[in-house]
Amino acid sequence: MRDIRSEAGIPLKVSYGPEDLPDPAAIPPPGEFPFTRGNFPDGYRGRVWTLRQYSGFGTPEESNERYRYLLEQGGTGLSVALDLPTQCGYDSDHPDVEEEVGRVGVALDTLADVEILFDQIPLDAISTSWTINGTAAIILAFYVAAGEKQGVDRAKLRGTIQNDILKEYVSRGTWIWPPRPSLRLIADTIEFCAAEVPRFNAISVAGAHFRDAGANAAQEMAFTLMDGITYCDEVVSRGRMTIDEFAPQVSFFFYTHGDFFEEIAKYRAGRRRWARIVRERYGAKEDRSCMFRVGCVAGGASLYAPQAHNNIVRVAYEAMASVLGGVQSMFTAAWDEPFALPSEDSATLALRTQQVLAEETGVTRVADPLGGSYYVEALTDEMEAKVIEIMDDLEQRGGMVKAVEEGYLQRLISEEAFRISGAVASGERPIVGVNRFQTDEEAPETEGYELNEQGRARQLERLAEVKRSRSASDVRATLDELGRAAGAEDINLMPLLVECAKAYCTVGEMVDVLKDKWGEFQQPAVF
Amino acid sequence: MSTPVRVLVGKPGLDGHDRGAKLVARTLRDAGFEVIYLGIRQKPETIAAVAVQEDVRIVGLSILSGAHVALTEKVANALRAAGAEDVLLVVGGTIPKRDVPRLEAAGAAAVYPTGTPLETMVESMRELSADVQAPS
Repeated sequence: MRDIRSEAGIPLKVSYGPEDLPDPAAIPPPGEFPFTRGNFPDGYRGRVWTLRQYSGFGTPEESNERYRYLLEQGGTGLSVALDLPTQCGYDSDHPDVEEEVGRVGVALDTLADVEILFDQIPLDAISTSWTINGTAAIILAFYVAAGEKQGVDRAKLRGTIQNDILKEYVSRGTWIWPPRPSLRLIADTIEFCAAEVPRFNAISVAGAHFRDAGANAAQEMAFTLMDGITYCDEVVSRGRMTIDEFAPQVSFFFYTHGDFFEEIAKYRAGRRRWARIVRERYGAKEDRSCMFRVGCVAGGASLYAPQAHNNIVRVAYEAMASVLGGVQSMFTAAWDEPFALPSEDSATLALRTQQVLAEETGVTRVADPLGGSYYVEALTDEMEAKVIEIMDDLEQRGGMVKAVEEGYLQRLISEEAFRISGAVASGERPIVGVNRFQTDEEAPETEGYELNEQGRARQLERLAEVKRSRSASDVRATLDELGRAAGAEDINLMPLLVECAKAYCTVGEMVDVLKDKWGEFQQPAVF
Repeated sequence: MSTPVRVLVGKPGLDGHDRGAKLVARTLRDAGFEVIYLGIRQKPETIAAVAVQEDVRIVGLSILSGAHVALTEKVANALRAAGAEDVLLVVGGTIPKRDVPRLEAAGAAAVYPTGTPLETMVESMRELSADVQAPS
């Protein structure tokens, strides 16, 4: 018989039957530990997933306008894209980064920018997801301070910072400091959120970027769970907090690509595995701590440039797989993503794709509609077994920090990316428009997003104005305090960063103070 | 019959999406090029300095952030300043069609937007380097 496998290499039978179902204890009703069938007994009946479109452009004024538009169109959460200088810890006036200011996201230099970003958007009424890692702690400090300016108590703030540095070293690249001090800062944010910002996710452990860099679905899940363990170990080892005090504020983030059933199985397997890790490894008492709360993106590297409108269809299928897998929030990519930052039209269409799914298809009527499917349950088991195997390998090699520093993880991912690229080139992996049903059609002229050059000038003016008008002595005092505390291991830096934010210190100033103490990451350039 | 063509592959600017760059590096190596992979977040001056030091024939930039025009100009200028204007500059990444002429004006000998088949890119780089090598 032909050897048919899923994308991650799981061998598939021609059909599945009752003998393939797991032990009933592994698949209790939705809402019960280990949550294979979903976190909530009522699935999406109680609350549909959060429709969250990643966007952010140019200046805080432009982004604010886009956010208010998205909220008016029925978006239920914001997802902030930041420009690369902000993500890497450079101010907009840094000479090395001028062409990047405001380009892939919004430029934030000081609290003044954040105040404008959320002008007329009440921070106690929305949730905000930030794709921010290297400077996540600083952005959290800005958000807390911006809330205060609006009169919103930090306990009411909702949202997520990605704050997952390990995958940045491997696949996304917005690192600043080396792993050790970075882990310390992440643990500081987790403790701070648990104690003071209880409705805010302190971390969104992200497999998405492993995936987009080439990892398959099983690797994506395994690497991500290993990162989750690394962060939880860091907090627990301090001995100041139990797992039940902070685990409910740990969330996860993945890409959904094209292998429909494998993606569904991935989310189900991940939920079960994480629940068991949190209970068995850390002794969690509360079920809530064991929940695997997941956001996802449909699109990314699963989209192709030739016959680009096909991407609309791909994203729609991926979105449906995500929902059948039980995700809590979703971003659907725009069809023109392979060419350009999305236009307003393509971004709106991407949002509508989710709305049609939520409102018209009926998939939200029943919790975990595929639960008990011979195939889906068997594939969930297979996926979990594969994830465990990959995690064991990494544990035996000394854990994630070591794997990252040595470039081991980078090599695994490049290997897989190379394999996939070969499979697409040879036609072994069919992609319509690329290696099947090709046409000569030229890539469409995309409207895309044109960077507003005036925006950069305005951003620089505002930064100069803030620097002129702030209290120089407050800036010096708060930065000095931050530097002193960074040199001591047992002081939580978050309250100090909030003070820096309120003194209108810039992102670059805070980052540089910490660089002086901690140094910078040195990348292993392997391919 | 010939010594392998030396290529430097790197990413200027702050964009860290290196799947394409690594794939290109590996494909070129397998196609017989000698590849120096610099990694991400490289300054234009560093790229130029390594290009000179390693005596490469081609510098390949991968840029997905949208900053391709400005970064290509900067690297071209840095190469000129380092006395390496004869080095061929090629650029790939998330590049809208309308920007291809702008990149060529900035000094790119070839542009490979997303969706360019790898073999097309390899063939193009072979031809470019053969043209350069022809006089000797």
